[in-house]
Amino acid sequence: MSWTYPGIGHNFPDVASRSNTVTAPRPPRAAAARPGSVYRSSVGKKAVMAVTGAILVLYLVAHMVGNLKVFLGRADFDHYAHWLRTIGEPALPHRVFLTIVEVVLTVAVILHMWSAVSLARRARRARPVRYAVRPAAREHRYATHVMRYGGVVILLFVIWHLLDLTFGAVNPRGGGAEPYDKVVADFAPSHWYVTAFYVIAVIMVGLHLRHGIWSAFQTLGLGRRRRQRGLRLFAGTVAALLVIGFVSVPVMVTIGVVS
Amino acid sequence: MGMKLTLKIWRQKDGADKGRMVPYELEDISPDMSFLEMLDVLNERLILDGEDPVAFDHDCREGICGMCSLVIDGTPHGPQRATTTCQLHMRHFQDGDVITIEPWRAGAFPVIKDLVVDRTALDRIIQAGGYVSAPTGSAPDAAAIPVPQADAHDAFDAATCIGCGACVAACPNASAMLFTAAKVTHLGLLPQGQPERYGRVTAMVAQMDAEGFGGCTNTGECTAVCPKGIPFETITRLNADLLTAARRS
Ligand code: HEM
Ligand code: SF4
Ligand code: FES
Repeated sequence: MSWTYPGIGHNFPDVASRSNTVTAPRPPRAAAARPGSVYRSSVGKKAVMAVTGAILVLYLVAHMVGNLKVFLGRADFDHYAHWLRTIGEPALPHRVFLTIVEVVLTVAVILHMWSAVSLARRARRARPVRYAVRPAAREHRYATHVMRYGGVVILLFVIWHLLDLTFGAVNPRGGGAEPYDKVVADFAPSHWYVTAFYVIAVIMVGLHLRHGIWSAFQTLGLGRRRRQRGLRLFAGTVAALLVIGFVSVPVMVTIGVVS
Repeated sequence: MGMKLTLKIWRQKDGADKGRMVPYELEDISPDMSFLEMLDVLNERLILDGEDPVAFDHDCREGICGMCSLVIDGTPHGPQRATTTCQLHMRHFQDGDVITIEPWRAGAFPVIKDLVVDRTALDRIIQAGGYVSAPTGSAPDAAAIPVPQADAHDAFDAATCIGCGACVAACPNASAMLFTAAKVTHLGLLPQGQPERYGRVTAMVAQMDAEGFGGCTNTGECTAVCPKGIPFETITRLNADLLTAARRS
């Protein structure tokens, strides 16, 4: 088999005949484009990840700001937690708004992880033989390792967090307690290790978002050379504010400022 | 006095062979030699000794054809930024260095022999859409189609891609995104590229995926090793075009 290069007038031997074994398979051909197939492409999956990630970030900002109400005292915090269940009443029945938020978040997390897993598996297949030498200086493992393994840590944290403060299953005060009591019981000084786990997990979220927020802008086609510094700064600032905001609550409980 | 070097080179008889690293000792290497000339010296010795010379790709040896392709101590095209392997000189190494030389590593770039890999996957990405369908004939008047200055610059920057595949070799996901984005940006910024702009990006990305390259995760490893300094911005431009194409379809 040989390729004919138009306009050159002679045939070049195909690469297969340069090797001893004729192994060259038929060149892969992309399937004809169907509507929606863009979202199954590697770039489309990344866009799904960016949009779902953005939804999760917006939620985290609201969640973090809400948590700070703990510093206003028991009444304010419990009142706020109660209000979350009554948003939209009487137009919306009790807890409907909150349920919608929960459904959207669940779908977002599932799509986000589905894209992440499928891209990670594609990447693994794409390099079947690894390099013998990998320079520490150049390789930014951050964007693959911190995002992927860090993501798994975040997932484990989210599961524990829901069992703890949403369902109360692993909370010292159980599911029936008032939100303020649950938080105080959870991060009490004797439970410093719970606080430590929480802080580490939140820092993982921060590292995820330091790259993730910037990355989502690139994925959605909004990065330009002149905007890069600004976008990095924005991503870093949002990530840092989220970490500080989230960490402040359990730390203040553990050191006894909130009790 | 020349340099003394130890080379650890990936030797692989053909696509079916498992391959292994083989050490070679070299003496009297001049710092003024290019990296490929240093390998020529090794190969002349191997031939005289009746051994199989090390196969590596090269053609122009002046940094424009995109054929040379070595991963040197883990970095595609070696330690000097914005420089192809053929333009890299031995003065960037020290006497007594141990240098590891590997082929581009990607499933879509199967090894043909030793350090030579099959990069026709990149050609097929071009065939999928990396062209403009323009009637040829006499050259048009240069001023007939105005192009904004900034677009002309960005398109030209992207057009300098030589298709070497170092971006794939460096990417932790073995993604061909920078290469594909360079072509999409080059043609997509110019008036002649407009009619096929959105079909082009969709077809090229589909072919890139079909070839088994990994997906881009915005790591930026590609631009760090690209001998032509293709900017990362091309990738976000490709993303923008693909999402516009999706919305239009
Ligand atoms: C608090 C919840 C989370 C938020 C707010 C979040 C946010 C984000 C954002 C904004 C991105 C950037 C998307 C892009 O590059 O276009 C991203 C990427 C990513 N996320 Fe998450 N994420 C969360 C949870 C998770 C979980 C649970 C996992 C894993 C199971 C995960 C895995 C990943 C991975 C692997 C990337 C890919 C980065 C890349 O390919 O460049 N994330 N995330
Ligand atoms: S983008 Fe750079 S590294 Fe990639 S093929 Fe083109 S010239 Fe080579
Ligand atoms: S041999 Fe042509 S670019 Fe290196």
